[in-house]
Amino acid sequence: MSDAQGAGDVILAVEGVTLSFGGVRALNEVSFDVREHEVRSIIGPNGAGKSSMLNVINGVYHPQQGTIRLRMDGALREFHDMDPHEVALSGIARTFQNLALFKGMSVLDNIMTGRNLRMHTNLLLQALRIGPAAREEIEHREAVELIIDFLEIQAYRKTPVGRLPYGLQKRVDLGRALAMEPSVLLLDEPMAGMNVEEKQDMCRFILDVNDQMGTTIVLIEHDMGVVMDISDRVVVLDYGRKIGDGTPEEVRGNQAVIDAYLGVSH
Amino acid sequence: MFYRENGQYKTTYGADQQMLPILQDRIFMAVLLLFAFIGVPLLASDYLLLSILVPFLILALAATGLNLLVGYCGQISVGHAAFMAVGAYSAYNIVLRVPQLNFLVVLVLAGLIAAAVGMLFGIPSLRIKGLYLAVATLAAQFFMDWTFARVKWFTNYASSGSVSTATIDLFGWRVDTPARKYLFLLAVVTVFTLMAKNLVRGHLGRAWMAMRDMDVAAEVIGIRPVYAKLTAFAVSSFYVGVAGALWGFVHLGSWEPLAFDINLSFTLLFMIIIGGMGSILGSFFGALFIVALPILLNQVPAMLGLPLATATKSHLEVMIFGSLIIFFLIAEPNGLARLWAIGKEKLRLWPFPH
Amino acid sequence: MKQHIGIVSVGVLLLAGLVAPLATGAGTPGFYTEVLLGGLMAGVLYSLVALGIVLIFKASGVFNFAQGAMVLFAALSVARMAEAMPLWAAALLGMGIMVLVAIVIERLVLRPLVNQDGVVLLMATLGVSYFMDGFGQTVWGSDIYSIELGIAKEPVMILEGVFQGGILINKDDVAAALVAALLVALLALFFQKTSTGRALRAVADDHQAAQSIGIPLNRIWVIVWSVAGVVALVAGMVWGAKLGVQFSISQVALKALPVVILGGFTSVPGAIIGGLIIGVGEKMAEVFLAPVLVKTFDLAGGGIENWFAYVLALLFLLVRPQGLFGEKLIDRV
Repeated sequence: MSDAQGAGDVILAVEGVTLSFGGVRALNEVSFDVREHEVRSIIGPNGAGKSSMLNVINGVYHPQQGTIRLRMDGALREFHDMDPHEVALSGIARTFQNLALFKGMSVLDNIMTGRNLRMHTNLLLQALRIGPAAREEIEHREAVELIIDFLEIQAYRKTPVGRLPYGLQKRVDLGRALAMEPSVLLLDEPMAGMNVEEKQDMCRFILDVNDQMGTTIVLIEHDMGVVMDISDRVVVLDYGRKIGDGTPEEVRGNQAVIDAYLGVSH
Repeated sequence: MFYRENGQYKTTYGADQQMLPILQDRIFMAVLLLFAFIGVPLLASDYLLLSILVPFLILALAATGLNLLVGYCGQISVGHAAFMAVGAYSAYNIVLRVPQLNFLVVLVLAGLIAAAVGMLFGIPSLRIKGLYLAVATLAAQFFMDWTFARVKWFTNYASSGSVSTATIDLFGWRVDTPARKYLFLLAVVTVFTLMAKNLVRGHLGRAWMAMRDMDVAAEVIGIRPVYAKLTAFAVSSFYVGVAGALWGFVHLGSWEPLAFDINLSFTLLFMIIIGGMGSILGSFFGALFIVALPILLNQVPAMLGLPLATATKSHLEVMIFGSLIIFFLIAEPNGLARLWAIGKEKLRLWPFPH
Repeated sequence: MKQHIGIVSVGVLLLAGLVAPLATGAGTPGFYTEVLLGGLMAGVLYSLVALGIVLIFKASGVFNFAQGAMVLFAALSVARMAEAMPLWAAALLGMGIMVLVAIVIERLVLRPLVNQDGVVLLMATLGVSYFMDGFGQTVWGSDIYSIELGIAKEPVMILEGVFQGGILINKDDVAAALVAALLVALLALFFQKTSTGRALRAVADDHQAAQSIGIPLNRIWVIVWSVAGVVALVAGMVWGAKLGVQFSISQVALKALPVVILGGFTSVPGAIIGGLIIGVGEKMAEVFLAPVLVKTFDLAGGGIENWFAYVLALLFLLVRPQGLFGEKLIDRV
């Protein structure tokens, strides 16, 4: 879909990542790269290690082996044991599989937290809410309003997120990530549990983000129709190993992938 | 009918982000403040001022401080009276050793010292949460209790271990009469409440609430847990420290060791549970409730001709606290503040049911 | 690996503290052994309270702040009822009362709050604890009452041949230790051998799985709270016989919190060993360390046993948050 734009240079590279919990290997020497502006999907059966992969990229888990390279200031640099805050600073945003919204806050406040990285006025100025603090608040509110318009959730601005239906909560989750103005957006099953219409809406938002803002997308999704439709390249994981990597057509024809999905024993 | 927001269109984000976006609320608040600053000192009896309003205002400030930590940032503390003690003893020692310092400066310094101690005991929160953190704050409670009871320097080598304070003098205006005490506290509490309200609707407040609601997600979107949690501990302890200094200087006048013991910590916690966690207004409701209940228990049965024995009253009091805590946690976790909000919502829609 | 270094260093520190008084000659071996035994006895009481907390935490995920209030309530009930009937009858009746308490708590507090956050449940049990303190004293009175277990109070001299001057030891302390050991053995049997015990362990492992194979969660909770109530009753009787039944029992039980931190929230042996470590640690600190501190810093008295347990637990938390025997939890996103 976004072929027209053309994929650029490598922006994120995962090299030989191994992650274990106790004796269980969640990821086993997984390597792949993500190119600028592309839609890169990660697929695989349940428990294949997809979410663990995102958690490693995010710095929530630190792998025992392997490295993550990120493009910063034009060059691909190697990072070790980054914490999630540093990863966020380097321009990677994320949505969550099981809605990790801030339940006690309104839609507006949830999305505003995505701007926190960019807000710097000190405690005292905030307490007095004078000058720079008040200006900063309004400036970032404007940016957030653009996202609210884009996601068509104007009517729910001040509603506590807990009261929204599931599909809208997923949008708020996306909005919060977009507010960070990321260069890479990690989406963990953004369409899980949605009906066909909601899925279409979400697809449209993802493609628009990719198209209009040029954001690189890394997508985990179970709906193969969607994956094959909107991805530029697909990585297939099974039991923590990479078993396939390529364009949707290549992956579809890959025997190992077909076996994994049909449950052929190893 | 009169409580409507129809027709009040916001044309700027600034107007939409006001503390009280509805015009009627702003009028109500202005009238309330006017009455509190002018009407109350003229009308209230000394008993009402000293036994109800003075402790109410200080406890409301302390509860606001605790609420910033527990209600907004989601970090439990069962030892916050320790930071009140730090504030009170700091203020006592600063006044003792640098008597020429203005009391407002003393108050801020006492708060800052309490904030530093609070941050120290907040460091474990970076690794642990929930029950585990409760132990860290209990350690603060018992360690500070012991420190102020045993280290003689803090009580200026008083043989009884108790300390007494001089009258506060603000640029020649002596805070000695009940009305002056009340006014002084009202001014301090109003300023600090405004600042608390500003903090929780700024980016720091959002960082706190994000940590409370979903800490891993907060980290992934770039909020540093170290910063969010430690600022919450610092600001909370600052407020509670200031409240402690006021409790010592304005309310108690003189106090003995263990005036700030664990029961006071529990009381602070009850105030925010009953009043409403995550609500500044709730802190005020909770404080009012805690101050008013013993007085009601005293007066109401007597008026009905059934005076209660002192022991029975105090037992009844803890039983009522205990059952109300359970009631609110089950029925309305956001406390009296939520009931207030529901009432307002109903009023806004009245006379229509929806 | 880093974790091991931390825990080893805390262990070494504790051991050093334990042998320091002997090495420096601060106490004669006889006196030292007396202090040690005294600490162990206090530790037994902490262990008993912690045991109730661990049982409840395992089965319902609730940290029962009210365990101390339950100890007080049970002790008050037994002490006052024993004024009108033999002690054994009062104790049996007391058990009945504690079962009743368990049923009421399950109905009115736990069931409505099921699946709530741990901190909310903690605060709810704080409410329970306040209510029970007030209720108990309203019903039973708020003076100091005694429980007579019928064991001679006067200390006896033992090991006169081993140490110079021998060691003074209280018979009721020994009885308390035996009772505690018996109780733990009975609980172990109950958990291992009875079907209810197995169901309890299943619930502790996984609430939802247990429910899905038809274990009635509500009944399990009542049973566990009843067992914890009986443990509280035993603790209350032992404690009350030693120090008299009074309000302070409820507060001293706060010490059980550092005990379970040390031992791990889900470990019965942890509760016992944690209790003993805290009991011995604070007694040693008070007797041998406090005088040094008082002298060095010119303090107005010792009393470091008031905070020693908490600060020890705090240090421990920093090197090993899951406790000695607890399970490590991994955050999932």
